[in-house]
Amino acid sequence: MIPEIGQFALALALAVACAQASLPIIGALRGYDNWMAFAKPAARVQFLLVFGAFLILVHAFVSNDFSVAYVAHNSNTALPTAYRISAVWGAHEGSLLLWILILAGWTVAVTFFDSQLPRSFAALVLSVMGIVSVGFLSFMMFTSNPFARLLPAAANGGDLNPLLQDPGLIIHPPMLYIGYVGTSVAFGFAIAALIQGRITAQAARWIRPWAIASWIFLTIGIALGSWWAYYELGWGGWWFWDPVENASFMPWLLGTALIHSLAVTEKRGTFKNWTILLALSTFALSLLGTFLVRSGVLTSVHAFATDPGRGIFVLVLLGTMIGGSFILYAWRGPKTFAGGTFEPVSREVFLLLNSALLAVATATVLLGTLYPLILEALGLGKISVGPPYFNVVFGAVMLPLIGLLGIGQFSRWKSDSIKRLLVRLKYAFVATIAITACAAITLGGQHMMSAAIGIGFGVWVFVTTIAGIAERCRNREHPWYTLIHLPRAFIGQCTAHMGFACTVIGVVITSFYTIDEHQSLAPGDRAVIADYEFHFVGLSSFDGPNYRVTEGTFEIRRDEKLVATLKPQKRLYTVRNMPMTEAGISPGFTRDLYVALGEPLEDGAWSVRMHFKPFIRWIWLGAILMALGGFMAMFDPRLRSPAKARVNSMAAAPASD
Amino acid sequence: MTPQRKKRLFTIALILSGMGIATALILTAFEKNLMYFYSPSEVMAGEAPQERKFRVGGLVVEGSVKRVPDTLSVQFTVTDTVHEVPIIYTGILPDLFREGQGIVAHGQRREDGVFEASEVLAKHDENYMPPEVASALAEAKGAADAATY
Repeated sequence: MIPEIGQFALALALAVACAQASLPIIGALRGYDNWMAFAKPAARVQFLLVFGAFLILVHAFVSNDFSVAYVAHNSNTALPTAYRISAVWGAHEGSLLLWILILAGWTVAVTFFDSQLPRSFAALVLSVMGIVSVGFLSFMMFTSNPFARLLPAAANGGDLNPLLQDPGLIIHPPMLYIGYVGTSVAFGFAIAALIQGRITAQAARWIRPWAIASWIFLTIGIALGSWWAYYELGWGGWWFWDPVENASFMPWLLGTALIHSLAVTEKRGTFKNWTILLALSTFALSLLGTFLVRSGVLTSVHAFATDPGRGIFVLVLLGTMIGGSFILYAWRGPKTFAGGTFEPVSREVFLLLNSALLAVATATVLLGTLYPLILEALGLGKISVGPPYFNVVFGAVMLPLIGLLGIGQFSRWKSDSIKRLLVRLKYAFVATIAITACAAITLGGQHMMSAAIGIGFGVWVFVTTIAGIAERCRNREHPWYTLIHLPRAFIGQCTAHMGFACTVIGVVITSFYTIDEHQSLAPGDRAVIADYEFHFVGLSSFDGPNYRVTEGTFEIRRDEKLVATLKPQKRLYTVRNMPMTEAGISPGFTRDLYVALGEPLEDGAWSVRMHFKPFIRWIWLGAILMALGGFMAMFDPRLRSPAKARVNSMAAAPASD
Repeated sequence: MTPQRKKRLFTIALILSGMGIATALILTAFEKNLMYFYSPSEVMAGEAPQERKFRVGGLVVEGSVKRVPDTLSVQFTVTDTVHEVPIIYTGILPDLFREGQGIVAHGQRREDGVFEASEVLAKHDENYMPPEVASALAEAKGAADAATY
């Protein structure tokens, strides 16, 4: 009975969403105040209904209701409760429900923080988000009902995929989804601006924290995914250019371009067209990502054939939303947002170039991700695009981007001169070369030169960021006072850029200096990897809640001193008869040591994978800093109240003009 | 030219040249890194390239997995139920590598016809059949059925 209530709640939510998607738009176009006013209560009621349905599904999982097909396929009585809850979004139907819940959540958030916006504009934003919700709710109701019954009920469930039974995976998908779905606010903003034919400075300022917020969640989500892959997949990789990863990375790249372009649109009133286009594309890629990952399109193109209804629905939904919004853009965009002037050398141009480079990077990833799928769907052969393609092309786009980032941080709005920039950046350049040379000599090795180039670009971002802060405080009456009272958005920007530098340095050093050894070791054997002696002490076996464990013990010594004791495991999940590798990792600021058991060989020996991974933590540390920077910028009071904005920008004026 | 126009021209030239260079670069790298998939039947028919890396996939033949003593090298054969390709791989096999399981190997064919794999993939789900393997099996079955008539 209870699952049916959940289904009924979803049907009601769909009805409310239909009203939310239509009435306020008509109201905004015709100027009917009471029709516009309908948007807020509708959004809130819809949220409550979806939230109720979600709780009912959680309840079905926690209480092991195997008469619900989705629960029976993805849970098990032996599954620990925490994983029963995360199993709710462990497969297609439930993750779709989570997606809709988060969309409803963002929409409700908009209803509470829209006081800066004109009424008609706010109504349009909510209405557009309602349209998205209608699409997803009907997709779920008609093709992927999470409450569908299984008759007769299963005695026990099929268990959650063991790969997903991990603390990292409890929070990774929701984070990523919050990020994905958050881009719908910027989408609503863009469509509303297109319909009204203008972007007021106020609206541009209003959307910035929202765009940053979704970007923060995407950053965290992607970093968590990468970290999870590193310790859970058992072979020490942190990024594979796998289509699933690319699907989350593309909206992040464009989202990054969007928040930078928005800064220009808000401050200088230019690039409105570009900003709108980025907002639309970011959301389009989020939609694409959601479907690529969860609809089965990726794991098997045949999913289209086995469930044609679902596949066609996805295509139609994507086609209408993406196609429709781009047609609207082509029709309204060029006419409405012309204007705004800028000099060829100015901060605007650096930001434009970098957002264009980010768009190019996105396009290359999109090409490598979609081309094989399209070829296969058309029956033209089965190909895959190797990681070297992504590494080479992505690297080639990142280098100019990083170079320009350093200069751009230094440049002035409106107009600047190359001569002034060269003079100002002289010392930063020398410092970069010096630091990089020291780092490269310390690291040494046969890849020293290539590594030095990569590290140099990372250091360049560090140095120019610090120089940028110094520049801002220099020549002030009270430089230290200025330093302490820098605007929060600026501190956020610097933190995020430092984080980016950290990630770049981490990626470069890890890529060039990782040592990866596979050896056959029996208990008692020793292996030496990069000054560390790995001593295989022995093996033991025991039972976990729903798996059997074989655990190895490794003592790692350096100069006879014990550094770490690692316990890598091989688990066999009994329900699905699926083996899993749990790596033993000794984390460190400058290096990780990593041991994973391969498989038993003859004579009690095991194949063992051992890694020395220098600076790998910097990759995720950088992501944390980026998210933190975004967080600070998001709460800059200047973005909230216009009155304060004026005071602040007057205070900052001497620095930037 | 008005300054306004000059600016616009500058922007357009910049964008066009950037896009040109980028496109050329991207397509070259793309072409170099495309890896085609061949079924065991296609490999045995000599359709797979000799000079270039490619992917091959099929079911691991029961009883074909042999370890080379004292090394991490493994030899096995994959089949699409009609033809078989011998594969050699050095390293740690994925968790779900088993006899009878569908796998995909990346690598290159040696002179002696043995496929030297640099990577072996078995997807992380016990029911999962790599789509390439599924269709290779279906095609081989189709060809075999046609031959019996």
